[in-house]
Amino acid sequence: MPRVLSRGVVVLLAAVLALFIIGPLAWLAVRAFAASWTYPDLLPDAWTLRWWSVVFSDRALGVAVQNSLFFAPITVLVSAAICLPAAYAFARFEFPGRRFFLIGVFAANSFPKMGLFVSLAALFYALNLMNTILGILVVHVLGTVVFMTWIPAAAFAAVPRSLEEAARDAGASKLRTFFSVTLPIALPGILVAAIMSFLSSFDEAQGTYLVGAPDYMTMPTQMYSLVLNYPTQVAAVFSILLAIPSVALLLAAHKHIVGGHLAEGFQIK
Amino acid sequence: MTTSVSGGLAIEGLHKVLGGRSIIHSLDMAVRPGELVSLLGPSGCGKTTTLRMIAGFLTPDAGSIKVGGREVVNLGPEHRPSAMVFQNYALWPHMTVAKNVGFPLKLRKRPKAEIAERVDAALTLVNLMHHKDSRPARISGGEQQRTALARALVQEPELLLLDEPLSNLDAKLRVKVREDIREIQQRLGITTVIVTHDQEEAMSVSDRIAVMNNGRIEQFSTPADLYSTPATEFVATFIGSLNRLEGRIEDGRVVPGAGVVGIRPEDVVFGPEAHPRGLAATVERVVPRGHFAELHLRREDAELRSYVTGVPPAVGTSGCARIEKWLEFEDGQLVGQGTPA
Ligand SMILES: Nc1ncnc2c1ncn2[C@@H]1O[C@H](COP(=O)(O)OP(=O)(O)OP(=O)(O)O)[C@@H](O)[C@H]1O
Ligand SMILES: [Mg+2]
Repeated sequence: MPRVLSRGVVVLLAAVLALFIIGPLAWLAVRAFAASWTYPDLLPDAWTLRWWSVVFSDRALGVAVQNSLFFAPITVLVSAAICLPAAYAFARFEFPGRRFFLIGVFAANSFPKMGLFVSLAALFYALNLMNTILGILVVHVLGTVVFMTWIPAAAFAAVPRSLEEAARDAGASKLRTFFSVTLPIALPGILVAAIMSFLSSFDEAQGTYLVGAPDYMTMPTQMYSLVLNYPTQVAAVFSILLAIPSVALLLAAHKHIVGGHLAEGFQIK
Repeated sequence: MTTSVSGGLAIEGLHKVLGGRSIIHSLDMAVRPGELVSLLGPSGCGKTTTLRMIAGFLTPDAGSIKVGGREVVNLGPEHRPSAMVFQNYALWPHMTVAKNVGFPLKLRKRPKAEIAERVDAALTLVNLMHHKDSRPARISGGEQQRTALARALVQEPELLLLDEPLSNLDAKLRVKVREDIREIQQRLGITTVIVTHDQEEAMSVSDRIAVMNNGRIEQFSTPADLYSTPATEFVATFIGSLNRLEGRIEDGRVVPGAGVVGIRPEDVVFGPEAHPRGLAATVERVVPRGHFAELHLRREDAELRSYVTGVPPAVGTSGCARIEKWLEFEDGQLVGQGTPA
């Protein structure tokens, strides 16, 4: 009897959790197809695909999607190019100021975002970076530095030194050791960092708006004007579109990190 | 896999300072081609440090290391003709067993067919063909150990280095694996240095043992020689068991003196009847040790431990104990051996 009871509790909790997570999404999904919806009806009075065609035929919105799909991957690449070598250095070398820099990486995230962006804007005016692609990239990369440094640094540090030494002993140069042993073993951590950076860039709105609007609108900054200028259903369509990359990435990550052999990399004794 | 042409190893004047402390002082050692030598010593005496200098992971502050007559001290580990088996095996988790073993050959840019052939030969040698495509995380500790060995052997190194290769295995497996290692080593005729702190392990597989203490080699000799003629008091107590008594032996009894005598327990003979060279003794404790028992005997001059086979006497038994052989030390050095006149 107690077992049945505890199972019941678990099922109930799972249901509540599912409702909590899926409920708003479901509401969003329904809303995106609703012609009109009168309170307190559970379902809309009529269905339509109008909002989707509004989104897909609106040039400004299309450009926003394009911009987002441009900035997010570039941000990840630039951030990786800058931060991964730093992460490796943090993990493997003892150098003066190591702790200072490691903590300093948090600086960009420890101030109120808007304050940071306003002072950044002042700097960008001086450097002629306002309303430029480069300026937006700088803002996006700044937001990913913490992920791209700390998570890969932990991943690199977790690679046992003896695995690298075994590679050297087997005849590999330092560079070959890094690419054949260290990097593949640290890859799950780096992938996680890349995904988080991608999503953070994809979601970045405040700084992008300040530096890029109105010339460069991305999906999240476009949301602001959508909410003000279009029916709520269009916003619903747009937020579903905004969620697609997150969901897709999480599914991919689940398959490759949790299910794949890379997970075994974490079990090394 | 054919017998490799193994060169010897010659170490001269090796010095290493770590953390401001001199860890290895002027170490000399010559290992003959095809020989298996153990570095044996207590924890912290510098065994791993020495091995890592031979492998190339540590640069000595002074000294020379020659493998097969060639100076290697300035070469990185990837350029040395030695291969190492790590204590924790250090298998690459993202590669299968076969990939792990084949990686050194891939680095040497050998043709694919040759790699496949040599990997198979190495895995057959260590009896692991059935785990060829398994990942290291999925195989047992003993199998991981053999994979690491195959990865070293496939390189056909001039020198095989093993750092405590058996310490992560359970007692039974340890005996089997060490015999396997010895058998393969002899078959291939490969010069080998094993680091261990287990004297039984060293005694049972080595041609010669270098007993280390405080960054120095105390004695470098065959197992039998180390046991019968230990050069120092340290070696005598470290190898095997020893009754260590202050003084010297006169007429079969321990009398006060400046030196130290060491008596192996098997050289203390206990019997019920009186003996002209013996003294009255009582059994105070009996410790069963399997096929023999250790007796703790009290004599008027000293307490002695003795080994007996067969049925041991009961605690409290009185009898006669005599000393058949002893070692004499002065200032820690062996100065003589004694037998009854
Ligand atoms: N990087 C280092 N810095 C300072 N001291 C070190 C360093 N590496 C080793 N030592 C010291 O050198 C001494 C010898 O170390 P080593 O690892 O060679 O001992 P060992 O004989 O292998 O012992 P064990 O049987 O415990 O493995 C130890 O006292 C150790 O503390
Ligand atoms: Mg050691």
